[in-house]
Amino acid sequence: MTPVTIRRWAWIHKWSSLVCTLFMLLLCITGLPLIYHHEIGHLLGTEVESAPMPADTPKAELDRVIAAAKATFPGKQMLYMSQEPDDDTIWNMTLGDNGADTNFKFTVVDARTAQALPTPQFEGSFMSVMFHLHVDLYAGLWGKLFLGLMGLLLLVAIVSGVVLYAPFMRKLDFGTVRRERTPRTKWLDLHNLLGIVTLTWLFVVGATGMINTWADLLFKYWQSTEMAEMVAPYKNAPPLKSFGSMDRAVAAAKALEPEMKIGFIAFPGTPFTSEHHYGVFMTGNTPLTSRLYKPVLIDAQTSKITDSRDLPWYLTGLLLSQPLHFGDYGGQLMKFLWAALDVATIVVLGSGLYLWLKRGVPVPARAGKPEADEAGLVPALASQGDAR
Amino acid sequence: MSPAFIRLWGVPIVLGVLTAIGLVAALLGDGFLDYVSAVALGIPVALGTWHSLRRQNS
Repeated sequence: MTPVTIRRWAWIHKWSSLVCTLFMLLLCITGLPLIYHHEIGHLLGTEVESAPMPADTPKAELDRVIAAAKATFPGKQMLYMSQEPDDDTIWNMTLGDNGADTNFKFTVVDARTAQALPTPQFEGSFMSVMFHLHVDLYAGLWGKLFLGLMGLLLLVAIVSGVVLYAPFMRKLDFGTVRRERTPRTKWLDLHNLLGIVTLTWLFVVGATGMINTWADLLFKYWQSTEMAEMVAPYKNAPPLKSFGSMDRAVAAAKALEPEMKIGFIAFPGTPFTSEHHYGVFMTGNTPLTSRLYKPVLIDAQTSKITDSRDLPWYLTGLLLSQPLHFGDYGGQLMKFLWAALDVATIVVLGSGLYLWLKRGVPVPARAGKPEADEAGLVPALASQGDAR
Repeated sequence: MSPAFIRLWGVPIVLGVLTAIGLVAALLGDGFLDYVSAVALGIPVALGTWHSLRRQNS
């Protein structure tokens, strides 16, 4: 690479990272507790757990489960009900004033006794602060899209950083950290080392995080295209006064997909279904297919199946990108490595910022014989202030 | 590939491939594949930590 090429890449690296660095630090710091949200919820006592009962205890009727949730929040309507893949003893119930209500109320209902369990509300909790700072900066869709843009800048910074790795490391063995030189040299080496070590992981986590910021838009698009086709016959039907049996609806969905289980159920009026349908979202049993949904739209009055189609490629891509961002698909060891890589990323971001703040500090003359190539390069970059 | 290329990019490429294996393996199955994933992701983490913290002369 010529010095001019290097300077151009250095400019790209400097500005793409400078703009996103503070937001990325925020995302890394808030992401750390989110990796362990189950454990933290357990510690804080905000994670609701069911009382132990024999594993073959029969399950309560879903209509009773729903009635218990509605009794907890009188006047609210059901929006969603869902189960964690690894716990079928409880149902997580979400309620609100209308289908598009974002001020959700949560309650957990025991799947065997149909008793509502005391459920701390998520909004206002420590984890909800971490969640909002990580996902939308309390600014809804625009907050998400903004963070997505910052994610894009991160990807640019990563690519340009890799390009710059070559001129900086050509004369050095992998892993060299020149501690005996100036602090700036030491931190430059650490920046390069941890940058190249976390490269693939950070690129994947950054890219999947960016894709996740488009989730709302992608689901809205799906709803207005494919789902609109599926429920077209109901277009002019009057709004429903009362709903049919959820147990029969779920039985119908299970009969259609006997190998799958219920991921979540969207109630009429929510963004995941129509005004007239239960949207039963079935999932598979492997780590991969448990992330993918097969929606079964069921007439919410007759409890009969209206239509069921596989999700389009863009929603499949979105759903597959989620585990790769969350790091929640490989047990405790993976969570720990996710946290370690997150901390390493914080060091990369922090050292990058430090290198920029200390830019223009003259590189001291070398003791011993100068290496021609590098001797020409480093002062050129340092004096430009570009050697982030 | 030239020795200079290998010297510069050899370890980074190996670490990138290991990370990719680690990210994909646990997606494909539970149990054994989770351990494959932990080892594949653990090597870059261990190497980065080792080089960051060790005293070295260069």
